Amino acid sequence: MSATIQTAHPETEQPGRLPPQMSSRLDGELLEVSMGPQHPSTHGVFRMNVALEGEIVRKLKPVFGYLHRNHEKIGENASYLGSMPYTDRLDYFCSMTNNWAYALSVEKLVGIEVPERAEYLRVILAELTRLQNHASLLGFLLSDMGAWGTPLMYAFREREKILDLFESLSGSRMMCDYMRFGGCRVDADDEWLARAKQIVDRFPKFLDEFEQLILQNEIVIARTQNVGKLSPELAISAGITGPMLRACGVNYDVRKVDGYGIYPRFKFRIPLGDHGDTYDRLMMRALEMHESVEILKQALTQIQPGPIVNPKVKIRAFRPPVGEAYGRIEGPKGELGFYLISDGGPNPYRYRVRPPSFINLTVLEDLCLGHTVADVMVILGSVDIVMGEVDR
Amino acid sequence: METLEQIKNRVELAVRGAKIDIVVNPGPSQQSSLLIDNEHAVAVAKFLRDHPVLSFDFCSNATGVDWLDRVVKKTTKVKTFVEGVEKEIDQTTEEKIPGYLEAVYHLYSIKHKHGPLIIRLRTANRGEGARLPSFTPIWRSAELQEREIFDLYGIHFEGHPDLRRILMWDEFVDYPMRKDYWDPDDYEWEPTPHDDVLERAKQHYTPRPQLDGAENITAQPQ
Repeated sequence: MSATIQTAHPETEQPGRLPPQMSSRLDGELLEVSMGPQHPSTHGVFRMNVALEGEIVRKLKPVFGYLHRNHEKIGENASYLGSMPYTDRLDYFCSMTNNWAYALSVEKLVGIEVPERAEYLRVILAELTRLQNHASLLGFLLSDMGAWGTPLMYAFREREKILDLFESLSGSRMMCDYMRFGGCRVDADDEWLARAKQIVDRFPKFLDEFEQLILQNEIVIARTQNVGKLSPELAISAGITGPMLRACGVNYDVRKVDGYGIYPRFKFRIPLGDHGDTYDRLMMRALEMHESVEILKQALTQIQPGPIVNPKVKIRAFRPPVGEAYGRIEGPKGELGFYLISDGGPNPYRYRVRPPSFINLTVLEDLCLGHTVADVMVILGSVDIVMGEVDR
Repeated sequence: METLEQIKNRVELAVRGAKIDIVVNPGPSQQSSLLIDNEHAVAVAKFLRDHPVLSFDFCSNATGVDWLDRVVKKTTKVKTFVEGVEKEIDQTTEEKIPGYLEAVYHLYSIKHKHGPLIIRLRTANRGEGARLPSFTPIWRSAELQEREIFDLYGIHFEGHPDLRRILMWDEFVDYPMRKDYWDPDDYEWEPTPHDDVLERAKQHYTPRPQLDGAENITAQPQ
């Protein structure tokens, strides 16, 4: 094995090489292991160079870029609307929220108003996305812990129902390409809304069953409590967002803080954790699903007929005025933002994605130090990453 | 949140010698930004983070922008004497504005729940002078994002603890997000035996044996 871990402080140690006490000899104290890129629990192609003392992690350096295709450069060479289907491919579990974040930024850049029915449809689809993302995350996390298959299939059974809704509305299960600047692409009929209501009403039954099966499980508690603790100070400084931040007890949710869309109209609570460990991050997802169900119930009863797209928005020759805008939403994985600079042309001059799961990996080493290799998998699973978004 | 003028005044009072300009955003988003000089950038950032009223403790987004060299043409009317008669003619002057790289940070306050405050730093030029102070000691969230800016734009962040390529591979030489970047036909080009490599390959083989008259014997058609 070659010594490929770079030292964290190049000015004090020789850069590019492990210090002598960390050479990768078997008879020495530390052994260097390359975990990934092809590993079942790295959720894609992600690699960690880990220095181990016995089974304890003493150093961990993530290696990115296996799925890098320079999404931002492609976005600069495509028209504004041309990037919309490509945002689906960032975090391919949550194409609806990716669409929304991009549409929101362009609407800020141009100053577009969105009709009320479109805002309701956006909220409904974003919360359905949150439900299916969190459900499948819990399934994947348990799969990483060794509960092979069964919990994941339970979660995927519910996820498929939501994906069927997406398919009947947008034509695609995962690559929805649904939002447009100033509205949505197709309208939902009453039958669709009734089906959505039925699925939402039945969702708490699945949640209760899942929680009884899993969250009280002795092995799950043993594997996750006091593992990968994150302090709120470090979480804020490191730009951690989403359920991972709220698991540390920091009350910050973009839905409440910015109040984008029509979120101020709904009554919902923000669940907060106490310890910031892996169990709290896991619980945060389960509790957020309950709140999403609450929002969905309100939205599905309040939605009124009306137009779904702002007719003033140009489809051809769409050229935003010179300026820049940063728009952000609370995605299922954290704060998803798009930063756009327009020079008055048909393409963005600068197109930047603020990827939540990439920035949440900043603290991966801090979380894993002192834990065993088996815990690294659980901690990584609880961060909730999708490599399409991390590497972009 | 306070207005940009108020924040600018606060910073200029607290950090001695800091030069801060407001970059006006002409678009409808109303997100104007503060341009901070590189010398005092770390002190200003520390002030913005620690001030009890501002307390921008959360650096959400850090990114780079490339601005190429620009030529601005200006047309002015000049009075000159043409063949003894005073006439007004148009005179175009070209002004060359050198390009620079920019790092843009979007700051929010989790304590007071306000934001965004957008601050930008500009490099001296796009070549050797592409150096900026790192904000990683102030906000840890800049760690991976500044590495990404270094990787894709080539801005060297001084004071960053671990500045190396993150998305591209370590041997990659260019900066792909720059506006004048042109991607090569073949990324994984390796020298195949030609030119100097071929010469070395030739020296490696033993020279062909000298033929002593046998080359003259040819099969003659009968």
